[in-house]
Amino acid sequence: MNTRVQKLREESLNAVNKLSPERALLVTAFYRSEKAAGLSAPVTRALCFEHIMKNKALWLGDGELIVGERGPAPKATPTYPEVALHSLEDLKVLDSRPKVSFKVDEEMLSAYRDVVIPFWKGKSNREKMMTLLPREWHDAYEAGIFTEFQEQRSPGHTVLGDKIYHKGLTDLIKEVRLNLESLDYINDPEAFEKREELTAMEIAARALISYANRYAVLLDEKAEAETNQERKKELLEMAQICRNVPAYAPRTFHEALQYYWFVHVGVISEVNPWDSFNPGRLDQHLWPFYRKGLEDGTLTEERARELLQAFWVKFNNHPAPPKIGVTALESNTYTDFALINLGGVKADGSDAVNELTYLILDVIEEMRLLQPSSMVQVSKKNPDAFLYRALKIVKTGFGQPSIFNTDAIVQELLRQGKSLEDARNGGASGCVEAGAFGKEAYILTGYFNLPKILEITLNNGVDPRTGKKIGLETGNPSGFTSFDDLLKAYQQQLRHFIDIKIAGNNLIERLFAKNIPTPFLSLFIDDCIAKGKDYINGGPRYNTSYIQGVGLGSITDSLTALKYHVFDKKDVSIQLMLEALRANFAGFEDLHHKLVYETPKYGNDDDYADEQARIVFNMFFEAVDGRPTARGATFRINMLPTTSHVYFGSVIGALPDGRKAGIPLSEGISPVQGADTHGPTAVLKSAAKIDHLKTGGTLLNQKFSPDFFRDETAIQKLGSLVRSYFRLDGHHIQYNVVSAETLRDAQKHPEKYRDLIVRVAGYSDYFNDLGEDLQNEIIRRTEHEGV
Amino acid sequence: MKGVIFEIRRFTVHDGPGIRTTVFMKGCPLSCWWCHNPEGQFPQPEPWTRTEKLDGKVFEKQMIIGQEWTASDLMTEILKDRVFFDESGGGVTFSGGEPLMQPAFLMEILSLCHKHGIHTAVDTSGFSPTEDLMKIAALTDLFLYDLKLLDDKLHVKYTGVSNRLILENLHLLLDLGKPVWLRHPVIPGINDTFGEKERLKELLKQFSGKISVINLLPYHSIAMNKYRKAGRTNYLESLKDLPASDLQPMADELEETGVKVIIGG
Ligand code: SF4
Repeated sequence: MNTRVQKLREESLNAVNKLSPERALLVTAFYRSEKAAGLSAPVTRALCFEHIMKNKALWLGDGELIVGERGPAPKATPTYPEVALHSLEDLKVLDSRPKVSFKVDEEMLSAYRDVVIPFWKGKSNREKMMTLLPREWHDAYEAGIFTEFQEQRSPGHTVLGDKIYHKGLTDLIKEVRLNLESLDYINDPEAFEKREELTAMEIAARALISYANRYAVLLDEKAEAETNQERKKELLEMAQICRNVPAYAPRTFHEALQYYWFVHVGVISEVNPWDSFNPGRLDQHLWPFYRKGLEDGTLTEERARELLQAFWVKFNNHPAPPKIGVTALESNTYTDFALINLGGVKADGSDAVNELTYLILDVIEEMRLLQPSSMVQVSKKNPDAFLYRALKIVKTGFGQPSIFNTDAIVQELLRQGKSLEDARNGGASGCVEAGAFGKEAYILTGYFNLPKILEITLNNGVDPRTGKKIGLETGNPSGFTSFDDLLKAYQQQLRHFIDIKIAGNNLIERLFAKNIPTPFLSLFIDDCIAKGKDYINGGPRYNTSYIQGVGLGSITDSLTALKYHVFDKKDVSIQLMLEALRANFAGFEDLHHKLVYETPKYGNDDDYADEQARIVFNMFFEAVDGRPTARGATFRINMLPTTSHVYFGSVIGALPDGRKAGIPLSEGISPVQGADTHGPTAVLKSAAKIDHLKTGGTLLNQKFSPDFFRDETAIQKLGSLVRSYFRLDGHHIQYNVVSAETLRDAQKHPEKYRDLIVRVAGYSDYFNDLGEDLQNEIIRRTEHEGV
Repeated sequence: MKGVIFEIRRFTVHDGPGIRTTVFMKGCPLSCWWCHNPEGQFPQPEPWTRTEKLDGKVFEKQMIIGQEWTASDLMTEILKDRVFFDESGGGVTFSGGEPLMQPAFLMEILSLCHKHGIHTAVDTSGFSPTEDLMKIAALTDLFLYDLKLLDDKLHVKYTGVSNRLILENLHLLLDLGKPVWLRHPVIPGINDTFGEKERLKELLKQFSGKISVINLLPYHSIAMNKYRKAGRTNYLESLKDLPASDLQPMADELEETGVKVIIGG
């Protein structure tokens, strides 16, 4: 990378994560003003957005090529009091917590104390939500049966399609106007609501144009004062770019990147959608601009590389907005899950890999930044060279890119009713979630603790941790005469809690649709304009809500242990098992050993154990898939934990698989730590026994020690592992290449490993930023799985 | 017909091309001082103690090394990784011990593999009746052929048998045009002498063009514990691991014969 990019990268790495009161103050000022009174929700939100975009400070870093920041400076992170209100206590915790901290200065504290808290107390969406949700929801939530994504962040999770590369905002405004004019107030009962939504979209579109124009003015001013002739010219050029995009369709590579970035800043300033927005199929979207630029001589490969690198820095400047309350105490992550997609297939089904794909892979390797995350889509149509190139980056131990099966994603999306073209133009975002880019709202609603349901079942509806009865009375397990009895009881409890989760989601969905619609985001996702409906209210062409199952390995092994010892071999009575679990195996060492070492385990390609994975997976699928949501969407499942397997483990006592109380659960669809003893192919075979095509994503993590890569054919062999798993319809796989020794040393001497990035679960993170539990878990996994 | 097998390992990446499953067959007519699998030498199943640790407590488990398998059960096990073989150009490798100690069973399983179109490799010491070897060769796609010592007296001393039959068999296989990867363990002080290296060079020269590759396998004390546990004498108790990089000069020298040399594998 050249010195300019080096400097930008350094600055981004060194910038301190801090909280900025700017947005909270602007939002508060707006809501207090008369402007906000008596308007419909979409128009209120659009005017609020306009107020932010017209008044927020503009940041222009030295040597920057792409402009626009969410906060007043890189890593200055706003808050969203209308969604969730930080208390002064929360702010102190964020400031002082050892990991993933955000500095809070006096300005921030006083803004919250004197202005923000007094206004928003009792009015934030979270507070309303918590009051409205029923007792049973709170009981299950507090017990750790599930988490709730929309508790502190608004429904988001979407990816941009190719629309902005063909249309400027003025074109979109024209579409909005056309629809406004054709509203049928006589026959369409929703016409009034559509009018409000469409009006809001136009306000929001104009707000972004004015933000870009503010930049154009600033850039002209800077050019005026600039003495370096080269930079002066560049600044003038950038000013021109900001006058053209986002108002009009982009004409060049640089304009395309700048347009996207303006939209990105808009989406994450409007509200705090989970996860962060992202451009999706970047190598596809930029390819026409790249080729045209090279052909007409307005672009060189080097300039394209530099622009992409500057673009990468922009993502890295934007940490995920921090949470509040108890979750502020747990360390989480700065990563906001923008996942760049490369490769895959085109709309016509042909191989989509191009020269730009390889150039972007270079950028990923060279930049080595936490954000954006990156992935490669590998279809059977893509060349091996592409896969190998990606694996060579994986080999450097940086945890990126992760690897996805395009052919599986397409089938998953088709099963959900998407058109073939929309499916092919899709990909994966967040950790592993499949979506039709630019056309779908696929909202993750929360993680679901599958093993906890077994604990409740074995205690006849009572949570042994609290003694509280939160489940159904499905019978004392001593009365179960067969494994089927146990499974039936488990299924009843599972359905009971899924119902509670779904009822809660429906309520939360309505609350957001009523109070915090997102007219700006809606501009970019088809068919919100055509339908006159908001992104979070059924506007997109496809609408999906996910519940993410967690702990597949742990629940499988626990059920298998019960089946094997209690019902098949009958060498352990259910009473003895329950006693041992209550005692956390203290005094039951022989039984504990038997459960750990002499019981079939998931992850060894052993049908006896893997059968339970299929059973639980199918139960979960049947309990969720196809059910309607309040906004007219459909519930679906996927299997991914992010880091929730650590939290979920902390709320469960001992389990029949020999796992002791409080230990993290298995992660993604990976086996329990250390349970797989037959090598990586056996793990892949086990993992492929659940039907990935019925999900919207599964997550599988495999770790290789650096030793494995000494062999010159290692990359090919790893490539074959990937291709084989994908032939079995596996959805996603990622490799972590780091030795346990290195990790242990990093734990002891964090200062020496400030740049050590490891794969966590669906994303990469700085090892130093992980909580000690998670660090230990990763070390344990590394030791066991090193091949 | 049943075979005695002491281990089946999946995802082996050094026992032939691609991703493979290696089947370790029990029984070996040799007793090399450096043997990594002393538990594979006796033909019959034998008792073994395995230690397992849990929460700092040690559990001793009595078990049997060596299980009887029917060819069809073994085939089912091998086929589990078929998709990986197909994608990587891999297959199955029969190793041991000495797989040719169980010729009838080996024939049966090899022909099953061929029915299923699975690539087969046989890792052998070459110490086998020629007649058996020829039958096996017809069903084997690749031989991993051990070449331990060329001086016969030394061979007898360190492996317990003469190398005459081994070298004859090697000639025959090469004349048949069978693909062969030579495997040469390098044991410091035993076969890394000037004389041995010269003799090896001679042999490689003689067959260059017929031998695809020679793998130099640096000595590794990995099996030390197994000897101790089995109460067997390990004559190489005090010998240290040989770093792979130490073999570079030897590899360079052997390359001059025109045969491809790979360190490790
Ligand atoms: S030939 Fe192989 S298995 Fe037999 S003793 Fe020698 S090293 Fe061990």
